[in-house]
Amino acid sequence: MSGPSDFQPTNPALKWIERRLPIMGLMHSSFVAYPTPRNLNYWWTFGAILSFMLGVQILTGVILAMHYTPHADMAFKSVELIVRDVNYGWLLRNIHASGASMFFFAVYIHMFRGLYYGSYKEPREVLWILGVIIYLLMMATGFMGYVLPWGQMSFWGATVITNLFSAVPYFGESIVTLLWGGYAVGNPTLNRFFSLHYLLPFVIAGVVVLHIWALHVAGQNNPAGVEPKTEKDTVPFTPYATMKDMFGVSCFLLFFAWFIFYMPNYLGDPENYIPANPAVTPAHIVPEWYYLPFYAILRSIPNKLAGVVAMFGAIIILAFLPWLDSAKTRSSKYRPLAKQFFWMFVVVCIGLGYLGAQPPEGIYVIVGRILTFLYFAYFLILLPLLARIEKPRPVPNSIADDVLAKTGGKPAPMVSTVIALMVAGGLLLGGAESARAAEGSAKPPAQKWSFSGPFGKFDRGAMQRGLKVYKEVCASCHGLSFVAFRNLAETGGPGYSVAQAQAFASEYKVKDGPNDQGEMFERPGRPADYFPSPFPNEQAARAANGGAFPPDLSLITKARSYSRGFPMFLIDFFTQYQEQGPDYVTALLEGYEDKPPAGFNLPEGSYYNTYFPGHAIKMPKPLNDGQVTYDDGSPATVAQYAKDVTHFLMWAAEPHMEARKQLGLQVFVFLILLTVLLYFTKKKVWANAH
Amino acid sequence: MTTASSADNPTRRDFLYVATGAVAAVGGAATVVPLVSQMNPDASTVAAGAPIEVDLTPIAEGQDIKVFWRGKPIYISHRTKKQIEEARKVPVSSLPDPQSDEQRVKPGHDQWLVVVGICTHLGCIPIANEGAYDGFFCPCHGSVYDTSGRIRQGPAPTNLAVPPYTFVSDTKIQIG
Ligand code: FES
Repeated sequence: MSGPSDFQPTNPALKWIERRLPIMGLMHSSFVAYPTPRNLNYWWTFGAILSFMLGVQILTGVILAMHYTPHADMAFKSVELIVRDVNYGWLLRNIHASGASMFFFAVYIHMFRGLYYGSYKEPREVLWILGVIIYLLMMATGFMGYVLPWGQMSFWGATVITNLFSAVPYFGESIVTLLWGGYAVGNPTLNRFFSLHYLLPFVIAGVVVLHIWALHVAGQNNPAGVEPKTEKDTVPFTPYATMKDMFGVSCFLLFFAWFIFYMPNYLGDPENYIPANPAVTPAHIVPEWYYLPFYAILRSIPNKLAGVVAMFGAIIILAFLPWLDSAKTRSSKYRPLAKQFFWMFVVVCIGLGYLGAQPPEGIYVIVGRILTFLYFAYFLILLPLLARIEKPRPVPNSIADDVLAKTGGKPAPMVSTVIALMVAGGLLLGGAESARAAEGSAKPPAQKWSFSGPFGKFDRGAMQRGLKVYKEVCASCHGLSFVAFRNLAETGGPGYSVAQAQAFASEYKVKDGPNDQGEMFERPGRPADYFPSPFPNEQAARAANGGAFPPDLSLITKARSYSRGFPMFLIDFFTQYQEQGPDYVTALLEGYEDKPPAGFNLPEGSYYNTYFPGHAIKMPKPLNDGQVTYDDGSPATVAQYAKDVTHFLMWAAEPHMEARKQLGLQVFVFLILLTVLLYFTKKKVWANAH
Repeated sequence: MTTASSADNPTRRDFLYVATGAVAAVGGAATVVPLVSQMNPDASTVAAGAPIEVDLTPIAEGQDIKVFWRGKPIYISHRTKKQIEEARKVPVSSLPDPQSDEQRVKPGHDQWLVVVGICTHLGCIPIANEGAYDGFFCPCHGSVYDTSGRIRQGPAPTNLAVPPYTFVSDTKIQIG
């Protein structure tokens, strides 16, 4: 995008177009002939990864919008039905949801890279500021997208974040009402968030074009931090950078695919599998992991307005970086002090991320204040000071010299790369883990599940027995409104035939109508019907259950989680252990105690349960030995019932799990092959550049 | 081109420039009004925010109920003698948001506390009858309110809001 191109098409048709719209010349000079510094390391591929991720998010987002319903009453269900009914809907949703996390993961590396190598310094200030704008837009987009599924975290996240604006003096309340379009977060809020969530990515794409334009005017920075001087310092973008970026993207895809196929809920909050409820706040509201450091800053300031100002300030301050750091040497490679402080700053950011997920009490508040101070001190005190007092090491004369020195030298960058990757991984995982921590409940014992692990399959027998237990026991209070009778005959399900599913459905009475006489009537269920709820509405359910509302069970295994603690969550990540919900449900069903322990004050009308948060549950012990008859010879015990019904509920929560794992394996085989091929191709291409 | 249009020598053309610019700016600003105001609550939302009546008879002493008005939960609690005393005992000046209990209830109806159940920090729903002051406790960031709904501890800056309401009769209130 810099200057006129020397691109000369030979094909007459292309020539004709080129004279009228020189787009091929533009492309050629931007992405083919464009000179790239020879010494770029892999930190630079994150730019390409980000462009790729933006494309992925827009593509999957546009498709998901074709199936999503932006209405407060239907949003939650429509997301669940995308996952259940739309062909490959589960895949698209997983890509889009984990994709948001991947996008932020990549952008943080991209930003830290810029920070370390001084990519914000003259003449790249505008490039940097455009980057900060993109980051802000990403944050807004990510936040609004998180609201759309209209789960508990969506709703309360939206409430808490929009309420930040109530800190504005005098106009606060009116601004918040304006943002909501009502007197509380509600349908108008959801509608406008959907509209903006759809719009903003295109704005981001526009700013990205400016970002790349500015990049191509100033030229790329590089690890040595010296400008290219001669031909020898650069290589043409294609094939060199193209191949390297493609290899980088391919490696990144391997990482991404792990989440999509094997840990799709690892980065999300289980609370969001509970439909939004304006009357109850979750015990612990946490934003997505990528906002945690800023959330920690918000909370460590005891004053509401000052907290909000500090939080926004923490982001805006990045835009002033080019002027806060006036050091002449660009790359921290040659700045011994700056380098050390950079890593300390990384640790501060990760520390803030960790604190953002902790309850704001006791020691966490104090550490939070210290880290908040250090965060701002880095920009406002340290960087200006360092520029004055630090004695940088001599920088190489040219990029070519840098490359020569490196090929002869020790492989030091590798070590820092590995450390940095581990730290970054820790940030991602640490944030995720603590974000799903639930307090105040005893940790139930981990079970062995046939459906866990990379090739896990449901145990059909257990599912069929579980369905029986559900129907004879649980169904008298709990609904299963996201599961249709036809689902019973689907692959991956309990292994029913279509006729069996139909017969099963017809045993239910379903309310239908009005008929020609204008009356409601009851008819036998059909395969297309959903499992009915035993109560006509929430009030009736509460009246029949001593004020408690029995939750719908189709997502319950996904909505339950408890703190796994360090280092368990790391092990969970590699072993794909996601079965916290089913563990919780079995434990709950088996956890009844006739007598509460001494000193426990059991409220009237409650029962003691070891695993229920607070230990006082309104539901009487639902299962007793011998209550349901099994005809396959399995023991008719509470433990067996609990295990079976949990099998069934796990399937009800994610009917396409087996398809996900199967496709995941195929994708991995393909990606590994592609990555290996790309690696050798890249090596071959670069061989003549060294 | 002459120099006649320099600043110290205004001409008719300059005047026209300024006038056109000003009119265009007014038009531009006026366009913003509908564009921003469409975001405020729409007619149906406003209509749904009309006053509601609540019957107090079923609420026993020491109990509280939650009703919704304008999409916001409103707590109505029937306070016990002890709770009223607790609220009146505290020296008002010691409170972060000084307000006496008398200011927060209707005269002659001391036992009825009616507050918007939205934490004044970041908008969570506090839990009634919990926390160190026997009033409300917000689980989000730990704000604690007393039996008068006044902030006593935690990051919330102000007391729980008292919605506009009146006693229609001794056992009935109208909120809104
Ligand atoms: S919202 Fe209640 S303490 Fe923050």
